[in-house]
Parts: sequence; C-alpha cells; structure tokens
Amino acid sequence: MSTTTDPIESAAAVDQSAVPIVRVIVPERSLASELRAIKIVWRRELIRFRADRLRMVTTLIQPLLFLFVLGSGLQQLSAASTHGVNLKTFIYPGILCISVMFTAMFSAASIVWDREFGFLREMMVAPIRRSSIVIGKCLGGAMVASFQGVIVICLAGFVGVPYAPLMILGIFFLQLLLAFAITAFGVMVAVRIKQMQSFMGVMQMIVMPMFFISGALFPVANLPGWLAALNRIDPLTYAVDPMRNLVFNHLSISPLARAVLDPGVTWFGWRVPPLLEAGMILLLGVVMLGVAIWEFSTTE
Amino acid sequence: MRRTPTSDALRFVDDMTGANGNQPAIAIAVRGLAKNYDEVEAVRGVDFEVAAGEVFGFLGPNGAGKTTTINMLCTLVKPSAGSATVAGHDVVHERDDVRRNIGLVFQDPTLDGYLTAEQNLRLHAELYGVRSDLVVPRMQQVMTMVGLWERKDSPVGTFSGGMRRRLEIARGLMHSPRVLFLDEPTIGLDPQTRRSIWAYIRELQEREEITIFMTTHYMDEAEWCDRIAIMDHGEIVALDAPETLKAGVGTDRVTIHTDDDEATIAALGERFNIEARRSEGAVSFGVPAGEAFVPRLFSELGIPIKAVNVSRPTLDDVFMSYTGSTIRDAEEDQAKHRNRVMMQMMHGGRR
Ligand SMILES: Nc1ncnc2c1ncn2[C@@H]1O[C@H](COP(=O)(O)OP(=O)(O)O)[C@@H](O)[C@H]1O
Ligand SMILES: [Mg+2]
Repeated sequence: MSTTTDPIESAAAVDQSAVPIVRVIVPERSLASELRAIKIVWRRELIRFRADRLRMVTTLIQPLLFLFVLGSGLQQLSAASTHGVNLKTFIYPGILCISVMFTAMFSAASIVWDREFGFLREMMVAPIRRSSIVIGKCLGGAMVASFQGVIVICLAGFVGVPYAPLMILGIFFLQLLLAFAITAFGVMVAVRIKQMQSFMGVMQMIVMPMFFISGALFPVANLPGWLAALNRIDPLTYAVDPMRNLVFNHLSISPLARAVLDPGVTWFGWRVPPLLEAGMILLLGVVMLGVAIWEFSTTE
Repeated sequence: MRRTPTSDALRFVDDMTGANGNQPAIAIAVRGLAKNYDEVEAVRGVDFEVAAGEVFGFLGPNGAGKTTTINMLCTLVKPSAGSATVAGHDVVHERDDVRRNIGLVFQDPTLDGYLTAEQNLRLHAELYGVRSDLVVPRMQQVMTMVGLWERKDSPVGTFSGGMRRRLEIARGLMHSPRVLFLDEPTIGLDPQTRRSIWAYIRELQEREEITIFMTTHYMDEAEWCDRIAIMDHGEIVALDAPETLKAGVGTDRVTIHTDDDEATIAALGERFNIEARRSEGAVSFGVPAGEAFVPRLFSELGIPIKAVNVSRPTLDDVFMSYTGSTIRDAEEDQAKHRNRVMMQMMHGGRR
C-alpha cells in the first residue's frame, strides 16, 4: 500500500517520533474538584449564551413588547384608575420578572439539548458528582438570566423609574434569586423529559399561567375570590410583589396611588413582608435544586 | 456453550505481573455481570478478564448487549447482578477511582460543536483536574497522534465524521487513562478512515501503557484485537484470540459456481452429506481440509463446476458455528423483532 494515498496514516507516521509522550495524573476526587466542575459547567453556560446572540435578542423582544406596546396601548384605558401613574411604570417590575424567567427557562432547556447532543454524557463519566453538574447549571442559568435582567434594569429611565443605586442593587439580587429558582425548576423538569419539544410544551403550560396569575400585570388586591386564591399559591407572586414594593418605594407618587397599585400580598388580611417573600423564593429554589440533584443522581 | 478464557490467556496474564510491577496485571475482571431493563435481559451474566496492555474486542450484532456492558464497566449503569473491577477498582463501590483511570469514547458523538477542537479537549482536561502546565503538551501529543494538531483552532462543527471520531479518541486520552473504552469507534466510517483509526489504536497500545476495550459489529475488524469475545443475545458465546477461534472452527469455506445452484445443493446433500447454502450467487459450505476435498468434489458431484474457491474460516464462520446464524442474519432478526413489537404496539394503540 502506498502511503501517499493515505494522508492520515502517513501524517501520523511522520509526526509520532517528534512529539514526546506526556503522562498526566488525575487527582482523587475532592471538594476542590467539585468546585472546579461547578465552575466549568457554569462557565460553559456563559460561553453558550455569548455564542447564541439570537437567543439574547429573541428573549428580549417579549419584555419589550409587553413594556412598550402593551404598556403604551393600554395607557388610554387605564389612565383613570392608575391615579396619574404611567402604566409602563406599574408593569415594569412584573416585566422584569418575566424576562428573567424566560431566559432562565431557556438555560434549563439546554440540559435537554445537551442530552440530545450527548455532551452531558461526557460530563457524567468524569470523576465528579452529578450534583456539581446540576449546581453549576443552575448558577450558570441564573447568571445568564440576570444579564437579561440587567438590560431591563437599564431601561428603567424610559418608564419613569429613577436610577436609585439601592433600588437597583435590590432589584438585581431579587432577579438573581428568581432566575436561580426558575432554572432549578427547569432543570428539575428537564431531567424527567428527554425531548426538547415536550420540554418546551410543559414549560409553556406551567410558566404562562404562572405569569398571568402572578399579578405582574395587575394589582393583587380586590381580586375575585378564585383568582385571589390562585394568586396566593402562585410562587411567582412572591417574586413580583417584593420587586414592585422596592420600585414603588423610590417613586414620588400620591399615597392613594401607592395603596391602589402596590397593595402588597396579604394572607387573610396579614401583609406578607417583602423580605419573607424573597426568603420563600430562595427556599423554593433550594428545594427544587435538591429535587433536581436527587433526580439527576438516580437516573441512568 | 460458554467458554472461559483459555489457559493460554491466563498464562499470558501471569507473565505480565513480572514485567509490570506496580500496575495490576488484570485490567478488567468481570464476574457474572448482568443487566435487566424491565423485560429485556440486555446482558445475561458474562465472565471475562482482560490483561493489562491487551486490545480486547467485543464482537456482536446490534442489540447483543455490548454498549450495556461498556456502560456498566464505566460506572454509568448499575449492574443488576455480578461484579466487575476496572484498573483494580470495583465499578459499583469505587466509582470515582474507576472513573479517574478510564477514558471512554461513546458510540454516539458527544463533542460540543460550538467549541473548537482545542476548547473541547481543554474542557475535558479541566474536568479531570489535569495539571494546567501539562494540558498543552499532552494535548499536542494526543492531537498529533490522530493527525488533528493543525486543526486545533477549528470549530468542531466544521469537522467530518472521521475527524470527530479521531478527536473523540484524542479527548478520551487527554487524562492518560489506564483503560480506554471505545464503543463502536469505526461505525459509519469509510473503509480508509476505519483503517487509520485502527492504526492509531494499535500505535497507541505500543506507545502508552494502556489497555483497550472496544466493541464492533464489523467482523473483519475484530482481527485487529489480541483477543475477542463474541457476544450474542447478552451472552458471551466464544472468547479467544481471533486466530485460535478461526482454527477452532475446523472447516474451510468452499464456494462453487455452477449453472444450477438448486441441483448442486441437492447433490451435495445426497453424495457428501453436506449442508450447503446459497450466498451471493454461489453455493457455499464448510468442510474440513477444503483443498483435499476439491478433487473429490470434481469427480463425484456430477454437475459441471465453473469455478471453485477455498478459503480459511473467517470470523463470520466462527460466529456462524457458535450461534447458528450469520451476524447479518442476527441483525435482521433484531430488526424484524423490533418491527414486530412496533406493529403490536401500533395495533394495540388503535384498539
Ligand atoms: N436504557 C435502556 N432501556 C431499555 N432497554 C435497553 C436500554 N439500553 C439497552 N436496552 C436493550 O438492551 C439490549 C442491548 O442493547 P445494547 O447494549 O445497546 O446493544 P449493542 O450495543 O450490542 O448494540 C437491546 O435489546 C436494547 O434494546
Ligand atoms: Mg451499542
């Protein structure tokens, strides 16, 4: 057989002697290796997001539509009942929440995607715990989603919300928390569902009602009984409410407008403190992360 | 019909202990390993040992249980029964130690198409905790070996199937594993690429102290292995060096071309008590000492013979002699079975 017809083999034959053999050692599994694994998965999430510019644009369109089209359009109808407050200002905190939510959902979706393309399997045979993969995924997803949130935060000035440093910091942490909880939820679902299409279907089915019921687009006081009940069990309610509370703390509006537009979530007449609400989101996120880890560790 | 490793193989194992002090002489030891998926018995209790430094092949049709066995050895799937050690560590109780010592190239591609070749390998090295100053030298070595060093900055998405496979092999080697598992490394590749992949595998075995465990359903490829286990329906039906297995068949394959195949098959049955089959436009049968049989054939068959060919047994014949069917038939059976199940499901669904 002539080697000239086989470039692959001849290349291998020529180069071999020139390159020395390098032997490496794989250290034992330790906390450090888990942290490293978390970092790798987390960073990969960021690389993915950066490479996928289309996703950045598409996930931004929806909140912009809500904020500027729906906000401006319905302004005429609602001018009487918002007591002089611009509707865009009112729905701003809710829109911030959903834009973070959609991005977080897409991040979680990539775990299904990864499985389809097998990359996840490569990580699953490495000497690391599966929990590190899940934790890295959730942190990475939360990070990516909060980038999206930051873009929406930047838009605050256009809808009459002041750029108060403390408020922005607060909003940032709240949306980070929400992004983490939603990613954890998404990963929890994604571990069970092996096809991308069914995953998206399930997420739409759960996330859209959650969004509409949460009070992102309306004040949560004086609702019809059935809606009030649904609203109080919707976890997203407890992310939107502290966010709105925070924004309204920094608006100069009449006390009446404040009372109507930001009534706060009540349980049988008791006003749930915003800090408790934020704590609930955190707790929920941690519990779902735990479930996701458990599920992921027991699947084959 | 199961055979355990021959005493020859065991003696070979003993020799290795002397030569290689600190490395366990047995790279893989498997005892009664089995896996059930609900109704399906994917692997039904297999036993074998692979010596350090060996190239060991699992040969069998689709659905024989090769991938399931690899997944159990690589700690991805929990065995239903039995035990196995890889590189001296138990696959159930010492999973992390097993994982540190093995490399795995999956049957389906698992590269990240968004990343470049280099980024893929870097990520892998990091995942395994390879010391950062050794990453580049090691990468250069393994990528040069598979002839991809010049392409290290290209996105994997632009690679051909053969290049991806080679890159995956390089990636599996990044952390200097003691045992490398290759699940159907050459499936779907053209013959030239297949040959070059085998050249790498052989070269690898010479240059690094590594044991290679691979699966294939190409009969001709198994010849490259030091020893092979033939697997069918979740069981090992034969295990030995390819040469020994072929010698064990005891018959040569005779192929004759005539004008009337039916009459030839009938005549062979009547006069020589030989069961012949038609394959690829000729009549073929197995017979001991084929060359000596040809003169008798000409004088006693009574049907004009246009051409005759005598060949040594191939692994196809080995597979045939142990399972009673050719590997291709076995795969067709599988496909037929799958179709039948599908039909039943569809039928059931409609009612
Ligand atoms: N996760 C699984 N669930 C159910 N059955 C499976 C699963 N994996 C493999 N099998 C079944 O086990 C058998 C062996 O499969 P596999 O090990 O993939 O064979 P091979 O790799 O030799 O083609 C097949 O019948 C297959 O359908
Ligand atoms: Mg397979």
